[in-house]
Amino acid sequence: MARKPISFTLNGNEVSVFVGESANLMEELRRNVGDLTPKHGCGQGTCGACTVMVDGEPQLSCITLAQSVEGRSIETVAGLSQGPVLHALQQAFIDGFAAQCGFCTPGMLMAAKALLDRNPRPSRDEVIEAISGNICRCTGYEPIVDAILIASGQSREVRR
Amino acid sequence: MITVETFNTHREASSALNDRTRFLAGGTLLMRDVNYAVPGIEHIVRSLEPLRTIRSEGGSVFIGAAATMLDVINARETAFLAPVARAVGGPAIRNMATVGGNLFAPSPFGDFTTALLALDATIHFADGRHEEIETFLAQRDSGRRIVTAISVVPPLSGSFLFSKISRTKPKGPAILSIAVRLPSGGQEARVAFGAMGPTPLRAKAAEAALSRTRIDEQGIAPVIAVATEGLAPADDALASQWYRRQVAPVHLKRLLLGGQR
Repeated sequence: MARKPISFTLNGNEVSVFVGESANLMEELRRNVGDLTPKHGCGQGTCGACTVMVDGEPQLSCITLAQSVEGRSIETVAGLSQGPVLHALQQAFIDGFAAQCGFCTPGMLMAAKALLDRNPRPSRDEVIEAISGNICRCTGYEPIVDAILIASGQSREVRR
Repeated sequence: MITVETFNTHREASSALNDRTRFLAGGTLLMRDVNYAVPGIEHIVRSLEPLRTIRSEGGSVFIGAAATMLDVINARETAFLAPVARAVGGPAIRNMATVGGNLFAPSPFGDFTTALLALDATIHFADGRHEEIETFLAQRDSGRRIVTAISVVPPLSGSFLFSKISRTKPKGPAILSIAVRLPSGGQEARVAFGAMGPTPLRAKAAEAALSRTRIDEQGIAPVIAVATEGLAPADDALASQWYRRQVAPVHLKRLLLGGQR
């Protein structure tokens, strides 16, 4: 398969790689760049496990043409923590048992980060809307919603 | 092996289209087919032309084909379409899915196109031509043209209604979607259904009945009676065509009466 050279920023670091011509971003991040945090769930943009941020907005990496991110800024869960210090969202997920099997967690975290970046004090309904494109088959969602509210500095009892 | 060719403009890209070529917009439809190796895709064409502008001009709103659902939600000019755009996918999908791409979405997708059909939108192409949306949809799958913009006359306040019915909450694909433009101020009645045919379809018998009635339980009875005339729903994993035909009139009634049964 023909490969195409592209450069982009991944969690603040410049990355230059050759990508498959019709390959999606998730495949290239996992197999080529070595960032295993975007998960391969459905491969059709339905489950949200591959959610990353592109130029500050959430995007599904499994249905993003890899070569289309030339020159853009990609954020994944691998860039959330500062060394040993976890991001507030990661810590809240751990404290609130918001991850069980953990497969959806990277996507949930990036969807939640996209929300808190633009709306630091969301309502419960706004949190639910923000993760409405992310499927979890373990938790029943409530611990995840609670964790996102707590990471925003609010009580889990926050208004709807 | 699938090849990808990138052009600077939509006009240049349109010259490369043929039966084995697909145009890549936001990727939410085409990339899933690529991932699943759907037969028939050999060459992908894309354009770097940034057609995301939304502007008002001469009483119409022009929406660039590459405008995303999020762009529609954020633009003042398309406030009347924001509830429709919010019904499309989750935040990541809305950040990727384009207005132009939605025109080509197979059933049961294409909720936004259902709204555009009820608003008598006009489709503008890279070759400079334009076409009414109903004509465009009738020959959508045989055409080899790239859409550059959609223009639509905003409905009068309170005259546009939209509803998406889905099994999954808060978000999921449509069992059906309904868009209605009530007759007022010289604008004719329109009733459009999504997921009730291979493309969004107008319910013309219902439109005719709606144009000569008042909106209350008794008044809309003739509209509801003919709601599914001319529609052609299919069986899929979400619902049977029989089920869709049974519930479509119920949801149209609820929409017209503002949620009252």
